[in-house]
Parts: sequence; C-alpha cells; structure tokens
Amino acid sequence: MQTHSTQPRFFLIDCNNFFASCERVFRPDLANQPIVVLSNNDGCVVARSREAKALGIPMGEAEFKLRPLLERYKVHVFSSNFSLYAAISQRVIASIESLVGDVEQYSIDECFVRLSPALAANALDTARAIVQRVQQWVGIPVSVGIAASRTLAKIACHLAKSYCSGIFFLNGTEDQHDKLFAKIPVQEVWGIGRRLAKRLYEADIHSVKDLKYADTDWVRRNLSVTTLNTVLELRGIPCIEDISAPAKARKTIICSRSFGEKIYEKETLAHALTAFVSRAAVRLRKNQLLAQGLGINIASSRFSDQYTNKAWQTLLPRPTMDTQILLQTAISGLETIFQAGVPYARAGVLLYELSPSTTRQGYLLDLEALDHDLRREQLMHTIDSINSRYGRSQIRFALEGTADEAWQMKQERRSQNYLGDWESLAIAHCKN
Amino acid sequence: MVKLHFAPHLTILGSAANFQNGRGIPIFSSPVQAGFPAPAEDDVESQLDLHRYCVTNPTATFFLRACGDSMIGAGIHNGDLLVVDRSAEAAHGRIVIAAIEGELTVKRLCRKDGRVLLRPENPAYSDIDITEREYVFIWGIVTFVIHSL
Repeated sequence: MQTHSTQPRFFLIDCNNFFASCERVFRPDLANQPIVVLSNNDGCVVARSREAKALGIPMGEAEFKLRPLLERYKVHVFSSNFSLYAAISQRVIASIESLVGDVEQYSIDECFVRLSPALAANALDTARAIVQRVQQWVGIPVSVGIAASRTLAKIACHLAKSYCSGIFFLNGTEDQHDKLFAKIPVQEVWGIGRRLAKRLYEADIHSVKDLKYADTDWVRRNLSVTTLNTVLELRGIPCIEDISAPAKARKTIICSRSFGEKIYEKETLAHALTAFVSRAAVRLRKNQLLAQGLGINIASSRFSDQYTNKAWQTLLPRPTMDTQILLQTAISGLETIFQAGVPYARAGVLLYELSPSTTRQGYLLDLEALDHDLRREQLMHTIDSINSRYGRSQIRFALEGTADEAWQMKQERRSQNYLGDWESLAIAHCKN
Repeated sequence: MVKLHFAPHLTILGSAANFQNGRGIPIFSSPVQAGFPAPAEDDVESQLDLHRYCVTNPTATFFLRACGDSMIGAGIHNGDLLVVDRSAEAAHGRIVIAAIEGELTVKRLCRKDGRVLLRPENPAYSDIDITEREYVFIWGIVTFVIHSL
C-alpha cells in the first residue's frame, strides 16, 4: 500500500489545559498549583490543570461531589470566565499567525495550519518557534502535532501531550507509526464518537491501526463517507476540507441554562423561559431568520432522586421573528408540561424550522397579515438596536423579571476581567 | 512639525486620530456618496493615533495598574497605567514586570558584576538579587506609563 505519511502537511496546535492556563496568565502565584474551572453555573469541572489531573479529579464531575477533595488539596476553583478566555484565544491565534500566516481555527483552544512547502521544509523549527512565541507573547503553553493529514496531526498532538515534550512530529517509518497506532484506542481518533466506536468494536476494529487498515469498501458500505475520509487521512492522504470554511446555514437556535437555585414556582420558571426566548429571538433576527418551530424543555437536576425532563414543541401557523408570538407560545407550552413540586434545575428554548427572512411563505395573499408582520419586525429590530447600544435587556418583556432572580447563573468564583475592564486590570506591585 | 511663537518649547505634532470602533475602522470613514468625492477621507490615515503610538505589538501588549511608590524615580506613580509589551527584549536597564514570589512586580532590570538585579527606583527600597533565584521570570517589558494629572 502506498502512503505518504512522513510528508508534513499540517500542524495541529492545541493550548494545554487552556482555561486553567488562562487563569494563570496574570496570577504567577498559581504556577504549579492545582486549578479547576467549572462550567456555566458552577456545576461541573470543565478544565483541569496538570496538577489537578494528577490528583485524580475527573473531567465533567459535579463540583459538590468533589468538594471534600478540592478542599483537602487546596485546589484553586474558578467559575468560567469566557470573555477572558475568548480574548486570550484571539491573542494565541494572532501570535501563531505572525509566524505562519493564516490558520484555521477549530475551537477556542485549537487550530490547524496548512504548511506551505517552505514551512514544511522547516516544520520542526517552525513548531518550536510557535511554542516559544505563544508562551512569551501571551503566556499560554501549547502543544503541536505535525503530520501528513489533519487527522494524523490531531493524533500527533495527542502524543505530544502524553509524552510531555510539547511537539510530536509523525515522521517515522510506516512500521514505527503502526506500532504507535496499535496502542491508541480507536475512539481517540478525531471524528470517532462513542456510538461509532461501538460499531467499530463490533467489527473488531479497536485501535487506530485497525481503523487505518480497515477495508475501505466495507467502511463505505456500512459506515459513511466521513468515516472513509478518516481512514484515508490515517493513511496520510488529506481528505478533510478547510474546517474553518463558513458553516452551513444554521438549522436550530438553542438557548438553555442551569439555574442558580432550584425553582419550584411556575411564575419564576416563566421568567427564565421569557429571558431565554428573548435571547434566542435576538439571535434569530441577527441571522435574518424566521422560525416556525418552537420547543421548550424543563428538567430537574440529573443528580436528584426523581429526575424529570419534560419537553414540548409545536409548529406555529407562520414563520416568525416576533418575540411576543414566540413568548406566548412558550408560556402556553409551560402550562402544559409544568408539574408542581419538582425542583427544576434547568430550562431551555429551541427554535427550529428556520428559514431566511427574505423568502416568505404562508401568507396566501393575506396582505394585511404580511403588513402586520413586517411592522412587528420593524419594532423588534428597533428594540434590538436599542438594547445593543445601551446594554442587553434595557427594553425587555415584562415577564422576564429582574436580574437578581434565582434562575440567574451562579458564577461566584469568576476571575476578574483582566483584558476587558479598566477597573479590573492586573496589579503590578511597586511595594518592595 | 510646527513651532509655536508664544510657546517655543512646545511643538505641534499633528491632530489626534478619531476614536476608532472595535474593528479598528475610523468611524468617520464615510460611505461613498453619489456625486461628490469626500476629500477628508484620504486624510484619516495621516492623523495621529495614540494607541498605535503606545502599542507597537497589540498581540503581546497588556495593560497593568501600578500599585505602590517603589518606582517613583522612573516616573511610575501609584495608580498609573502601565503599557507592557511581552514581545520586547528584557535587556539591561529596562523597566520590567517580574513575577517574583507569586506577585507581578515592577523593577528596573540590571546586570552588575555578573549579578542580575531587580532595582527599585526609590531610595527607601533595596535591590533584589535574582541571580540564583528560582521561580523568578520576566513577565513583560514596560514600554509606556500613562499618568493622569
């Protein structure tokens, strides 16, 4: 079989423990200290520093279950500070771009670089320069995987992290690679989810090596073209297109949150849903879309004894972007599925059946209805522009309630906004 | 540059750039109107942008707040805004942000008789010798102080 896997074509650059590393940038006292970052609403662990991983703190575990452990080892616990992470992420990308030109950002802490022939010739030196520059300019440690395809670069980066050196270049012989791949479970491969991994196990494909040498006809017939591409990528043949290419038109808009405290009253729940519908509707209008489908769901904590999760959805008579219509519909749904006595912990709103607001259907020559809808839309856009100029929720629907209610997100341990607020800048001491 | 007759020690450098919006596009860069060209449009570039003057590498530049009086001799007062460039070279004589004992601290970096010193600019404080110290690193270089009067 002919492969070309020693020819470097891609970097995958991944920030090490990104959120935890961000918390360290302005806090040298946190060097070598265990850090965990909690999800929205301080619920679960979403990031761990190397030291926290070494303590055996699992990813995704609920904070309350870990509390004794966190206290015993004096772990530094932070609420997610997404505006800080996003600002630092931009700087990471910009410092990489200052060395290699355009990058394809894949997530907040990962990006691919397609190597030009000139860069490919000096792949290792360039990777070292990237690691050095991002650390110096932004204070964030990164790992780099270098390989012949994006999927292989992902694996190389995974190896870079496991072996701690920070850079892994898949430039050995085919045999050497296969020996490594035989030890990596197949679900570590980019794009192989849990469900797909299960089907692969059933077909006796367990390791990365098994998948690399899987029968392509069988993969195409029994799995999908996407998985076939993955197999080819493992063989060093790039098949996946630029991942930063504009995404396809969105199919749904979701706004859902956990509450700060448990909610028992229908009215408070209605306030929360109103806020979520309002936010979802703003996003709808920003994308110049109309929604015809609306769904809501309300659930208790998945850690509670009697877990309930109720959903309700409906199709509206006409596609709309009118917050008021969406709200009335959502509240009528709440009336249907609300149960007294349940400690509700989260709620969500889903808008689906989206269509561009430029193509309208469903009026059947009812010009009066069209005129009414267009005027309502004008009003909605006016409200949006006032809110975006003077701060979110200056004008809001009365049901939404006020800012200090129980359903607001809990973020007690959020670090300061070092990069976005003159009053929250890091302190440089002149005291010794 | 223009010299002023009534104040010969002052020089006019030019006019300040318009406030820029988030994308770095001058707010006054007008859309082209039918008929008349906008003569002012070409001149926007030639105005002076204070941010560009103080921030040569935005990716590596951070703003910090000074707290204390140990750098008063270098013109850094309590509460001043520090422009810190992490991409600048930490050379002898530069004012640096050093991470020492878990704190970010402002000092002048000095090499003297083979030693590396962090020197305060206030006789009430003394030098810190970091030659053999572990866990000390230079966080960034202070390139400007913004002091409000």
